[in-house]
Amino acid sequence: MTIFDLGDSAVRELNQALHQSETQGADLRVTNPGGKHNVATGADVECNVTIEGHVGYYCAGMNKSANIVVTGNAGPGLAENMMSGSVRIKGNASQYCGATAHGGLLVIEGDAAARCGISMKGIDIVVGGSIGHMSAFMAQSGRMVVCGDAGEALGDSIYEARIYLRGEAKSLGTDCIEKPMEDEHKAELAELLEQAGIDHSVDEFRRYGSARQLYNFQIDNVSAY
Amino acid sequence: MTKKIDQSWLLESSTFSRPVIREIQRAAREGIYDIRGFGAKRTVPTFDDLLFLGASMSRYPLEGYREKCETSVTLGTRFAKKPITISTPITIAGMSFGALSAQAKEALGRGASEVGTSTTTGDGGMTPEERGHSKLLVYQYLPSRYGMNPDDLRKADAIEVVVGQGAKPGGGGMLLGQKISDRVAEMRNLPKGIDQRSACRHPDWTGPDDLEIKIQELREITDWQVPIYIKVGATRTFFDVQLAVKAGADVVVVDGMQGGTAATQDVFIEHVGIPTLPATRMAVEALKDLGMHREVQLIVSGGIRSGADVAKALAMGADAVSIGTAALIAMGDNGPEHEEAYNELGTSAGYYDDYQDGKDPSGISTQDPDLGSRLDPELAGRRVANYLRCLTLETQTLARAAGKSNVRNLEPEDMVALTVEASAMAKIPLAGTDWIPGAGGKY
Repeated sequence: MTIFDLGDSAVRELNQALHQSETQGADLRVTNPGGKHNVATGADVECNVTIEGHVGYYCAGMNKSANIVVTGNAGPGLAENMMSGSVRIKGNASQYCGATAHGGLLVIEGDAAARCGISMKGIDIVVGGSIGHMSAFMAQSGRMVVCGDAGEALGDSIYEARIYLRGEAKSLGTDCIEKPMEDEHKAELAELLEQAGIDHSVDEFRRYGSARQLYNFQIDNVSAY
Repeated sequence: MTKKIDQSWLLESSTFSRPVIREIQRAAREGIYDIRGFGAKRTVPTFDDLLFLGASMSRYPLEGYREKCETSVTLGTRFAKKPITISTPITIAGMSFGALSAQAKEALGRGASEVGTSTTTGDGGMTPEERGHSKLLVYQYLPSRYGMNPDDLRKADAIEVVVGQGAKPGGGGMLLGQKISDRVAEMRNLPKGIDQRSACRHPDWTGPDDLEIKIQELREITDWQVPIYIKVGATRTFFDVQLAVKAGADVVVVDGMQGGTAATQDVFIEHVGIPTLPATRMAVEALKDLGMHREVQLIVSGGIRSGADVAKALAMGADAVSIGTAALIAMGDNGPEHEEAYNELGTSAGYYDDYQDGKDPSGISTQDPDLGSRLDPELAGRRVANYLRCLTLETQTLARAAGKSNVRNLEPEDMVALTVEASAMAKIPLAGTDWIPGAGGKY
């Protein structure tokens, strides 16, 4: 177990270690993160990182291979543009978590703020609590599971991403509609919940996605914009 | 039989000119605003409105074709461990694969590399063709993040965070469905054939304080190796440049309203932003005000066509310029050899601006494989290199005439303005006077 105490070492030392092949397969413990920004960004090797405390902006940004756990809360842009690996937040996450992320699994055990999964491009996001407004805005692909409620304009201008919501959405965004829960959807939802370690019946969820009415600009749809 | 009339007495309205009438009729017929490529076509004050004062009794010129006139520039000296040095102060601006064919992107890389300068990716990510043929490649970090990934980020020689562009500051883009091939769709994680919106603002930061942290993230991911540029469309340029410096930019790129685009509303292209001429002056003033002129390098773009434009931008205080539309023209865009094909599209060589529709006869702004194959990347790359060399020679010629052994030694004092407007915007005295309208004024 390698320990990085961010109380007396720079974030840069940790991040550089996460870019080096020597760290492959290692277990890293990060103490005293103190809300610092850019903790464990750009991890390029397979390893396990446990961050004990709260982190600031862009924790686990562009994570490629690491499995990262944050025991506290995370600031804006958590796991933005993640490619693969996994990120788990024991507390809550601020706005734009999982933004534009291409792959991997992001689990937020608490709540996620506004614009969760904005422009997501393939990531799977599981939120144990609720999410804020404009979540899954322009979400391109991937899956989002929300065990609580969603704020206003859920899935606005969504493309091919799938949303599974257990609670209520304050409102749906433009071109986002409820869709039937078929067996394939229940199966993938069950798998996502299991991966996230969250126990709910899939029958309690509803599925949302794109009505695909705005995929090609038509002047007759102008009132929708 | 149609009666012939004498048109010499017909008076055209300057408010409702024939092009205006035609556009109203088109809008009424089609029910959608005009979306097009190219840049602003309206008349604005430009570098053409400035003149150089050659050496004379009080200035000593350098010998043309003989005495050395340095053109290389190093960019990214503020924070990056590996600044980049370009052999000419002219770079190729960001243009996307998607908007342009793979052949065109390859040609730009070939041309830039042949003369030792950089080229730039665009929305849609980095293609292997472009990386492979670009000795120095700047990777754009755009709001859509199409194709963005850490591997390509680390392959870049510099990163350009795009806040806006001159053709549409405050606007995003729309790559229309007809240009979404299988490859473009795959690179952007979207289905084939649907319109792809390029967002107008970044998804995970709002404002310069956030951007400062975002830039630190990019530096952490790339181990502080490469320069980070911030590109802004020219609007509130003085403040934007100062905020870019505060956010940690190594290089600031300011793109004037004449800058090109692949697909934007005509109303946006012609009515938003300010010309490159005043933007250049405002950017230099902003850097000097912070004591960061030359510490943070300035690249200006938007309507650069000749070595005269380059030299005047440098004389006003820029470190380098970028070209986009001019590079496309150098490759063959709007070439007379395609006149017949342009006619079939309802236009003519010299007027073609429908980069958005994917039917470009020159094979440049298209994803159609047959059209794309018309562009020979080696030949087009050679043309780009030739053109860059001509611009460089012209710049050197003017610098030598002003007695400068380095093109970046050109200075405002070497120029006068031809018009009151240009004098006020550039803060260069009107020719034959010591008068600068509005000198000392605030923004």
